[in-house]
Amino acid sequence: MPHRTFTLFILPSMLAMLLFIALPLVSVVLQSFYVEHAQALVQVETCDPFGCKTEIRVDATAMQALNAKEPQGRFNGFDTYLDGAHLAVDELRTIWTRAPDMAAGLSQTLNLPFYRALLFTLVYTVVVSPLSLGLGFLIALSVNILPRVTRGGVIYITLLPMIVPSVIGALTLFWMIDQNGIIGSFLQWMTGDNTLSLKASGALAWATLFAHGVWSNAPFVFIVFFAALQTVPRDTLEAAMVDGASRFERLRLVTLPHLAPIATFLMLILIMDNFRVFESIVGLSATAHASSLSSLIFFALRGDTPLFGSAAATSMLTVICIFVLLLPSLRRAWTGFRSKA
Amino acid sequence: MTHRLLFAAVAAIHLAGAASAECPTDATGSVRILSNDFAALNAINERALACATANLTMTANQTTQHTDLQVPALTANPAEYTVKFGANGSMTALLTAGLLRPLDDLVAKYGQDLLPTQLIKIDGKVMAIAFMANAEHFFFREDVLAAAGIAPPQTWDDVLAAAEAIRAKGVMQNPLGLSYAPGWELGQGFVNLYLGQDGEFFQPGSAVPSINNAKGLKALETMKALAGYMGPDYLTWSSDAMAPLLEANTIAMSNFWGSEAAEVLPGTEKAPTAAPFMRLAAAPAMAGYDHPATTIWWDGFGIAKNISDADAEATFRVMMHAIAPELATEKPQLAVWLMKGYVPTPAAAGVIASVQGGAPAYPTVPYMNLMHTAIDDNIVGFLKGEETAEQALTDAEAAYTIAAREAGFIQ
Repeated sequence: MPHRTFTLFILPSMLAMLLFIALPLVSVVLQSFYVEHAQALVQVETCDPFGCKTEIRVDATAMQALNAKEPQGRFNGFDTYLDGAHLAVDELRTIWTRAPDMAAGLSQTLNLPFYRALLFTLVYTVVVSPLSLGLGFLIALSVNILPRVTRGGVIYITLLPMIVPSVIGALTLFWMIDQNGIIGSFLQWMTGDNTLSLKASGALAWATLFAHGVWSNAPFVFIVFFAALQTVPRDTLEAAMVDGASRFERLRLVTLPHLAPIATFLMLILIMDNFRVFESIVGLSATAHASSLSSLIFFALRGDTPLFGSAAATSMLTVICIFVLLLPSLRRAWTGFRSKA
Repeated sequence: MTHRLLFAAVAAIHLAGAASAECPTDATGSVRILSNDFAALNAINERALACATANLTMTANQTTQHTDLQVPALTANPAEYTVKFGANGSMTALLTAGLLRPLDDLVAKYGQDLLPTQLIKIDGKVMAIAFMANAEHFFFREDVLAAAGIAPPQTWDDVLAAAEAIRAKGVMQNPLGLSYAPGWELGQGFVNLYLGQDGEFFQPGSAVPSINNAKGLKALETMKALAGYMGPDYLTWSSDAMAPLLEANTIAMSNFWGSEAAEVLPGTEKAPTAAPFMRLAAAPAMAGYDHPATTIWWDGFGIAKNISDADAEATFRVMMHAIAPELATEKPQLAVWLMKGYVPTPAAAGVIASVQGGAPAYPTVPYMNLMHTAIDDNIVGFLKGEETAEQALTDAEAAYTIAAREAGFIQ
């Protein structure tokens, strides 16, 4: 396709991307360099049903005037990025100059909110992405050998986790693993330990989150692999059969190489998706045991005093982390492009 | 002393015949309500929505996420909602942003049913109208405590002893249930026990934190001791979980909101078998202090600044009908109402005992919510046994300081 035609073709979507992705991103970058103005505080007499007293309150009129004049707030440079809630450079320096050994240093580092969230996010991505890929692939293989009549129904049921909104799936699981719930009481009966609870310990809560992640990711992987399986060349498969290849050898030597590019694509999508893990932490009430970069952003914006600068800085750090994770495959894509050119 | 006014209201039994504000049939415009979601507020919304006419549109958004919405929604011009229901804690944000209008004119014109104690005055101007009082207080199963041979606890140490006795007698393994889910409630658990020792969250006259002290440590250690008598998943328990846990015969003692008392008292559908045995009391005190370790709250409404005067007037008139004294006489069990004519029911016993006992009001300084969040986020590690209480308080102070600096409260 000539460059001109190509450009015209993608122009509308480029414009949409500029408007809905690039511009908001620029505003987030700008926001991350600003914090709120210094608050003007005044003492006022306040009376409520419990009596009157003098209280400190914000001088709303003064602040409105200031905010109207400089709506961005105070310029803070990279300080938000470097503070204790984000990269925590000063805290890290103190920890690592004082830490008696590696283990103590590490545990103190992971006590910092950003690094605690980063650890969970990374472990979640690394565990859930390949497991989802594997499970989805197994389901695709199994469904592919079903007789045609039963396929429709089985596919529909298999896709349910994708159809059900993630939060609802997580809530359902939350109730099922309750000590009085079906999975919770079954586990207690199986282990004979009537204090066992999946919600109680950090490790079990992580395992539950991982399981939920795999459960909700697998259908997407399955449906893509299932579609791809229909395109495996029959001639090659039949030739392999004539050559006496077993079912496993056909899978390894014909099907897998054919699906490899799709698997790479799926892995990229899964990594990007899983790095933004969030709904399941809220749905499973697991905030005591796990925080992710996305949940940090969410909680920074919640409540009466939203911290926009903090949320923006965490967002930018998340974008950078995803970029780093995808770097190997981006590089491969780039070299591929260069070699074609 | 400060609580006498409330009791003037609670005890003021201006019986029948109190003028009941009718729906303003001649009002025109639009009334849009944003409120939290619990039974008492739902009853008010229901009365307000019934006032809709061809010329008066009424909408209500009842959501537990109301605090996340309120500031952006009322900043818009015209504001997305004309009236916001809130408590002394959540109204602060709207006042800070200057998004509420003074109500003195409207009160003079339409507020003849209001008691003086219902007017929330800031710097001499009426900025909100309160309609109910609330507090977290103690709930217990009388039969279970009797079976274990113990008197109703007065202090948190008594609660621990009672829990141990119930466990030792083999009646229940983990007889205690407190709403310790992180998000807000866990932090509130700390706030209750810290204020129960007259603790100060900030250095006098500043926004600099000061919770890393003996009282903070005592509060945390008490929380951990209490957690030892709760089921293993207590860190997922919100106050909604309390009624089912009581009904399931899992717990016998709890501390939650008075506004939810009706859910565990006779007539409830949520805990029909536990209800006959439920008793309400003031929140337990911290040992050595003479007032309940809890905070008292008012719930009320404020009217948005960024709306037309006509809509503000229509809204105020509808609200006067919605919180008319007849609500308090028709549905007295739903809340500790502040309107005239209210006669306390058994469901109000815990809140009233807590207020009379001298529990402090929740702090209203504009940086309190940042402190609350920082505590909530940082004490889980200690409760799980992963770090010391000192470390947890150090972390909470550090997190608060970063947030308060970003929000402009500390330079």
